[in-house]
Amino acid sequence: MDGTLPVEDTWTVAGRRFRSRLIVGTGKYKDLEETAAAIEASGAEIVTVAVRRVNLSDPKAPMLQDYVDPKKYTYLPNTAGCHTANDAVRTLRLAREAGGWNLVKLEVLGPPPLLYPDMRGTFEAAEALIKDGFEVMVYCADDPLAAKRLEEMGCVAIMPLGAPIGSGLGIQNPAMICMMMEQVTVPFLVDAGVGTASDAAIALELGCDAVLLNSAIANAKDPVRMARAMKLAVEAGRLAHLAGRMPRRMGADPSSPLTGLIR
Amino acid sequence: MTYGRTSCRPDLKLRLISRARPSLPPGCAALIFNRMQTVITVTLNGETRALDGPVSVAGLLLTLGLEGRKVAVERNEAIVPRSRYTETMLASGDSLEIVHFIGGG
Repeated sequence: MDGTLPVEDTWTVAGRRFRSRLIVGTGKYKDLEETAAAIEASGAEIVTVAVRRVNLSDPKAPMLQDYVDPKKYTYLPNTAGCHTANDAVRTLRLAREAGGWNLVKLEVLGPPPLLYPDMRGTFEAAEALIKDGFEVMVYCADDPLAAKRLEEMGCVAIMPLGAPIGSGLGIQNPAMICMMMEQVTVPFLVDAGVGTASDAAIALELGCDAVLLNSAIANAKDPVRMARAMKLAVEAGRLAHLAGRMPRRMGADPSSPLTGLIR
Repeated sequence: MTYGRTSCRPDLKLRLISRARPSLPPGCAALIFNRMQTVITVTLNGETRALDGPVSVAGLLLTLGLEGRKVAVERNEAIVPRSRYTETMLASGDSLEIVHFIGGG
């Protein structure tokens, strides 16, 4: 035992095995070079991507795939910006056609300023997508009942928010996250809310299989350095979880022996 | 991009010539009329566009400079599989979405 992560400490979603427990978004970066550098530094193996209309006035513009190789990273298409089940389903069908992947991230969002998960739309879209052969990683409210139902429907990962998307508020609901986790057996991730490295570490310490974030890296003053911080934080959090934290106690317990004191 | 520019449309060039020379042989007007009929109007990524028809999805992607790019096409809210780009002909009133992957969280 040297205290490092076990060599085979991996997690598996929809039959795909991953070593990194950090999933990063590819949005909000200054340019595609910075996107590529930050993703590399994060050590992530899965990246989320959005599906948008091609800019027909500039069809030869550089594309994400030129910088973030889909052969090296698992693209996880999302439904960001979708506020109805129908929009989300259409978007992911297009994503599957563009990329050939059926592993997707479903998010059906309520209106700004919260962009809180719209669970009615989420259930509706999840049902349609699963029926259509998709493997759905689902962004959801921190609702233990919803988590259980989504798993029963066939979602391959449950991903509640720790705080609103892009808020950087950190994990505001650790107790609820833990209660949800007890309800599900599929991979469980915190998706949204992480603001800095310690937040990512907390998600893993709580026992999440992985954490998904974008803004915390992209909106940092030095995104590449923050990406590296996130990589280390996720490893630290995972190690702490495996090590098992000490029990909390209401009072002091001295660390130095009480015997042998000079008089 | 050449769509909608009369200078790039042979049918309209022909019409301009016909105006300049009113004594064209009989049958020419009908020919022009038939050619005009093949112009189709579609909604492409939310914008109205006139296309020279008949045109397939493959032909449209070629004209747009998107052939071979990793894009996906939806026609009237149904996916057009890549394998059917050539045989799928567009019709007036079609609503098309052409999308690709971009950075997102």
